[in-house]
Amino acid sequence: MAQLKSSSDLVKVRKQVLSRRAKKRRISVNASGTCGLAYSSDKVCQALAAEIEKQGLSDKVELTATGCLGFCENSPIVIIFPEEIAYFQVKPSDVAEIVSETLVNNRVVDRLLYKDAKGKKIVNAGDVPFYKNQSRIVFGNNRLIDPREIDDYIALGGYSALAKALGEMSPEDVMDEVKKSNVRGRGGGGFPAGAKWETSRNAPGKIKYVIVNADEGDPGAYMDRAVLEGNPHSVLEGLVIGAYAVGSHEGYIYVRQEYPLAVDNLTTAIEQAREYGLLGKNILGSKFNFDVTIHCGAGAFVSGESSALMTAIEGKVGEPRPKYIRTAVSGVRERPSVLNNVETWANIPLIIERGAKWFTKIGTEKSKGTKIFSLVGKVNNTGLVEVPMGTTLRTIIFDIGGGIREGKRFKAVQTGGPSGGVIPESMLDLPVDFDELTKAGSMMGSGGMIVMDEDNCMVDVARYFLDFLADESCGKCVPCREGIRQMLFVLNRICEGKGKKGDIDLLEELSDVLSDASLCALGQTAANPVLSTIRYFRDEYEAHINEKRCSAGVCKDLLSYYILPDKCQACQICLRECPVDAISGGKNLVHVIDQKKCTKCGTCIEVCPARFSAVVKISGEPVPKAPPQGTEVIRSKAAK
Amino acid sequence: MKQVDRIIDSYHNDKNALIQILLQIQKENRWLSPAVIQRLSQKLGVPTNQIYNIATFYKAFSLKPRGRHSVSVCLGTACHVRGAPRLVDRVKEVLEVEPGETTADMKFSLETVNCLGCCALGPVMMVDDEYYGNPAPTEIKKLIESCD
Repeated sequence: MAQLKSSSDLVKVRKQVLSRRAKKRRISVNASGTCGLAYSSDKVCQALAAEIEKQGLSDKVELTATGCLGFCENSPIVIIFPEEIAYFQVKPSDVAEIVSETLVNNRVVDRLLYKDAKGKKIVNAGDVPFYKNQSRIVFGNNRLIDPREIDDYIALGGYSALAKALGEMSPEDVMDEVKKSNVRGRGGGGFPAGAKWETSRNAPGKIKYVIVNADEGDPGAYMDRAVLEGNPHSVLEGLVIGAYAVGSHEGYIYVRQEYPLAVDNLTTAIEQAREYGLLGKNILGSKFNFDVTIHCGAGAFVSGESSALMTAIEGKVGEPRPKYIRTAVSGVRERPSVLNNVETWANIPLIIERGAKWFTKIGTEKSKGTKIFSLVGKVNNTGLVEVPMGTTLRTIIFDIGGGIREGKRFKAVQTGGPSGGVIPESMLDLPVDFDELTKAGSMMGSGGMIVMDEDNCMVDVARYFLDFLADESCGKCVPCREGIRQMLFVLNRICEGKGKKGDIDLLEELSDVLSDASLCALGQTAANPVLSTIRYFRDEYEAHINEKRCSAGVCKDLLSYYILPDKCQACQICLRECPVDAISGGKNLVHVIDQKKCTKCGTCIEVCPARFSAVVKISGEPVPKAPPQGTEVIRSKAAK
Repeated sequence: MKQVDRIIDSYHNDKNALIQILLQIQKENRWLSPAVIQRLSQKLGVPTNQIYNIATFYKAFSLKPRGRHSVSVCLGTACHVRGAPRLVDRVKEVLEVEPGETTADMKFSLETVNCLGCCALGPVMMVDDEYYGNPAPTEIKKLIESCD
């Protein structure tokens, strides 16, 4: 790789790469992303490479191992260009057919196509409902990029925004463009990135830092991992442009160590960018110097907070500090430091390349651009979804997500991670942007969207988040350390059926203290999951406290399993599977659960054949008396 | 101690890289022994209490030896709503240890983690470097037995 000395060198490399590939057909497999690998996409990729070689197509076909393609659950995904024929859930044994049918004979392999809800087969990736309703401006390039090949990124016009910024724009111009775009921080707070940059630029001190926050700790959110793994250069390019605007020559990428593949792909990307001279001294002949270091987080949710993250970069314990002076003025080693989230940085090259005017056309009045959400939980199509700001929850969950699994009823969607809240069914038409979500008592957060159905207990969800936060609170300030613990204590009590009158008021009172008196956002927002569940699902709290009933059948202590004597067909499956031998009965004899022995693990209800459905959950009322021992079963039609 | 010195050298004896050095040692040794912490303190000129402060603050570090294989069950929100607590119970039954503990033969350490970032697969468990989405009870047993 030769160093690129000017923007025309970059154009030259792009032309070379494009002409080298002009006559080749492209086939992509999501084998460089964690979720793809979990479904053995790498084996499909290896098989494809071998088959392409075997059939003598190496000169005609270009195989690309891409990062996440969003529709993770249907991995391994294979896309063949230029038609964009998409195959889902491909196995290594399907590979020979794909190569000889599609690549050689131009025929579609029917059985590997996506089938929609009505059973119709869809050939083109863009027509699959999951993709059709998205606008993937940040995330869409993943399907054409092998993250370990910088040339793939350059071929798509990568680094031309950097060339434009360094060659044609002053740092002030870049800053102005970003400010005009009004791009807001994608990490959760929604603070305008341009304003942050300007503060740092104007802050005293020669040494300044720019930092990528890739400490994606929100449970249930993984878009940053997918962008870093799948398109690391887009983040690097944004970072260099930001550094140029701010006047920084040193940067950090703070990645959590739980994302080993992201660290690997990023390391490779940085090395390749250095070889091309896109990092280092005199970038593209502009006399601008900049380089970047990766810092691995060691597993602490609170370290994603700006001041804590910066303390961690200094090699100390990542605890937050009071922010009377913003980190943009005094951050790493008390120097001005700009911290933005992965997705925010990945938006920067687009804004510079296509202009703020283009960017501000997308989204709502105060939230511009698109946002990537991780749509997970009880929804049919789980995966990463990129939509313009202002898209309604209904579109995201029902049109893109395909609705709720197993025909169950939607109950709520949780956004914003542990700092966010739940949004009920009545608000499904809410347009999703920073301000609307906050008004609804939740928040955007980094973009986790966890869908819950009728089988999820809202009190249990609130308890879950508080349990998480109690574990992750650093303990530096008392309101957070003790407040969360007290709230968790009350919630545990409610879930165990020991809730008292007044507990809801007590939770609300403690919430006030937490939000007013905590040091950092972790504590200030910790009560949101509780407050929003009380706001929208107060009846569930009351049922837990007053009737000792958990209508969703989640809280173990409020729950009993019972075998309906008239439905049991004595198949003995539950009897065999029960891990604590709490079920008695025998051939032709109605099975009975010994309530004293039962640990409420739920195995029996899971293994009871659906055509019998003899096991039920009972909550809030006494368990019916068991039939006398030796009662014979009543044979149903289903059993015959 | 040679190994510790090598790791410290690879970070140019830089105090600021303490967390990165500890991560590397943890990865290679699967724990941070008192002797290692002593050595680090001497070489980097950082008081041991500061190193212990870091080692106990972050989840990635262990002050007890960990088993040869790590089994992690994800308790992220997406996994939680899809039944992660039950998955934990099942893995506990197979390994016969609680989360945070190591089997007596030093073969497995069981942990729960807050999010592995594979939310679409939930509930997820991880055995060493491999991810498994919603494994059935029999699958869990097989997985565990297949480790040597």
